[in-house]
Amino acid sequence: MTTPNVAIARPVAGAEAKTKRRPKGHLSLRRQIVLQVLCILIAITVLFPIAWIVSMSLDTTNARPTGLNLIPNSPSLEAYKTVLARPTQNDVSFVELALNSMFLAVVIATLSVAIGVLAAYAFSRMKFRGREFLMIAILAVLMLPAIATLAPLYVMLNKVVIAGFNLRNSLPGVALAVLAGQLPFAIWNMKGYLDTIPRELEEAATVDGAGRVQTFVRIILPLSTPVIAVTAFFGFIAGWTEFYFSSIFLDNYKNWTLAVALNGMVGQYSGSTPWSSFAAFSILVALPVSVVYLFLQRYIISGLTVGGVKG
Amino acid sequence: MTAATAGVAGPPRRSFWRRSVNSRTAYMFLAPALLVMVVITFYPLAFQVWMSFTDYGLKNLKPTAPPPNYVGFNNYIRILNSDIVIPNFDFLRILVFNLFWAFTNVVIHVILGVAIALLLNVKGLKGRSVYRAIYILPVVIPPIIVATVWRNMFDPQYGAINQLINSTVGVLFKLPPAGIEWLTKPDPIINLYPLVLPLAYFALLAANTWLGWPLNSVVATGALQSIPGDLYEAAEMDGAGAWMKFKVVTLPHLRPAMLPYAIYGFVITFNLFYLSYFMSGGGPFGQTELLVTTAYRLVNEQHLFGVAASFAIFQFFILLALTLITNKLAKTTASYDA
Repeated sequence: MTTPNVAIARPVAGAEAKTKRRPKGHLSLRRQIVLQVLCILIAITVLFPIAWIVSMSLDTTNARPTGLNLIPNSPSLEAYKTVLARPTQNDVSFVELALNSMFLAVVIATLSVAIGVLAAYAFSRMKFRGREFLMIAILAVLMLPAIATLAPLYVMLNKVVIAGFNLRNSLPGVALAVLAGQLPFAIWNMKGYLDTIPRELEEAATVDGAGRVQTFVRIILPLSTPVIAVTAFFGFIAGWTEFYFSSIFLDNYKNWTLAVALNGMVGQYSGSTPWSSFAAFSILVALPVSVVYLFLQRYIISGLTVGGVKG
Repeated sequence: MTAATAGVAGPPRRSFWRRSVNSRTAYMFLAPALLVMVVITFYPLAFQVWMSFTDYGLKNLKPTAPPPNYVGFNNYIRILNSDIVIPNFDFLRILVFNLFWAFTNVVIHVILGVAIALLLNVKGLKGRSVYRAIYILPVVIPPIIVATVWRNMFDPQYGAINQLINSTVGVLFKLPPAGIEWLTKPDPIINLYPLVLPLAYFALLAANTWLGWPLNSVVATGALQSIPGDLYEAAEMDGAGAWMKFKVVTLPHLRPAMLPYAIYGFVITFNLFYLSYFMSGGGPFGQTELLVTTAYRLVNEQHLFGVAASFAIFQFFILLALTLITNKLAKTTASYDA
């Protein structure tokens, strides 16, 4: 099902760590200049949309940008104030929307890691009946997009009504639906990492009389902190930016998530939203996860670079 | 990916009792995951198969509603015949577009990713770490934000792209303001039914290129840096030129890292909901609709749960076929293994 952009992190066998510093070659001045120009051009294409959106969020003089302006005239934080107070037409503040998204993010991150790491350990370290079958089943689900179970989940969750509380029309219901997609990824991602932890450590513990549960808690869990952090973070992103289930399941705007609100600010609907508000809102949604991503980058990427080679 | 299997062999000759104890421990660890997956994944998938043979719709949602009617393969036939109330629904066109979309994206991402990784790997290049820090930015931004921002960038009137054209090419050649309708221009650029490519496809491609190449570049960089320097020296001693060195040393080392990632990227791009949904809304006339966005519309806009279920089953088999083909392709073309 939905798998985020990147996967698998493994111990610090990262690119940087391994790099053999080659003796610094000498580039001719002409080559250096040509390559620098190329690099700068690429940097401009990367930075352009970011600069545009940041500038727009600070520029409140126009509801719509009439000309290209990467440096805002009379910059102010007015747009941020507006969207923090009331991002949509509905009577709901940014914090309320963010709390809804945060609920999804925290529940999905916690559950996918807590449940996933146990299963990952069993798959990585134990031999048992039905192992191959279960692994294939999980892989098959991993291949499906989250949307593939939209229809049955809607119908099924809709049947769960307890004293007027309809699970479908609630954040816990959405969290369950997202978890369905996130869990197979979490299991697979963490299993890949556990496979790289040397078995000798556990064997030593077993000799000392530790049982499975003890070795798992004392040895495996502490050693897999990086992959747990990364997997939890991906669960967090999945919840924080969740769109399809929340937009279909949730009837009450009080339950809406950030992504659903964002949908109402973009494109054809943006007629009623000043673009500075849209820009500020986008930045407020992206910033928390982007910053964390930058910090975790090393772990996230180190796995990718060696993962392929190990096959 | 199944490096684990080699490691799980315990000491030889265990009694049946010991083994079943081991199985029991394993299932103890697996129990929470299995419980959750049975309830919210496997059961819904089975339920979906049943739904796909019914006319399950809005009318059947109420708790007191009668059960839906059994319609046999009707839903499947309707999808194949594009006989669905979604405007501009054409199953074959959507499928072909979806495949073409994923394929072209991945090719561009891999080529650009490798090229830029090579560029940054040039010995003596100044400011390398600064460029690396900048180039990673698209990766860290949530795709939904990337999609919505690019949607507004391509706005004909207020978008940055047209304004950029106006303020550069437009000023230079004294052109009237370009009001290019990137995402809505109705007549396709390429019209070779079932492959129909509107201008919106190229706009989506541009946005996804921005989003996609950096990670490929990171993967390629990792592979490049793991190439032992003496291989190049050896090749040089054998009189290899720059191109020869690339072909003989670089490429074979890139391949085992890039290929699995390219396959992975293909599946991700094939199922990429956000760009199509938020940028073009599947338009113009459904020409940039993907399977995932269609599945979404079937539930969200039409409430055709039965049809959506059969559609999801088509999706499953298409993805299964893709996975098998790409795996086979990867294996048969494997000329080098680390």
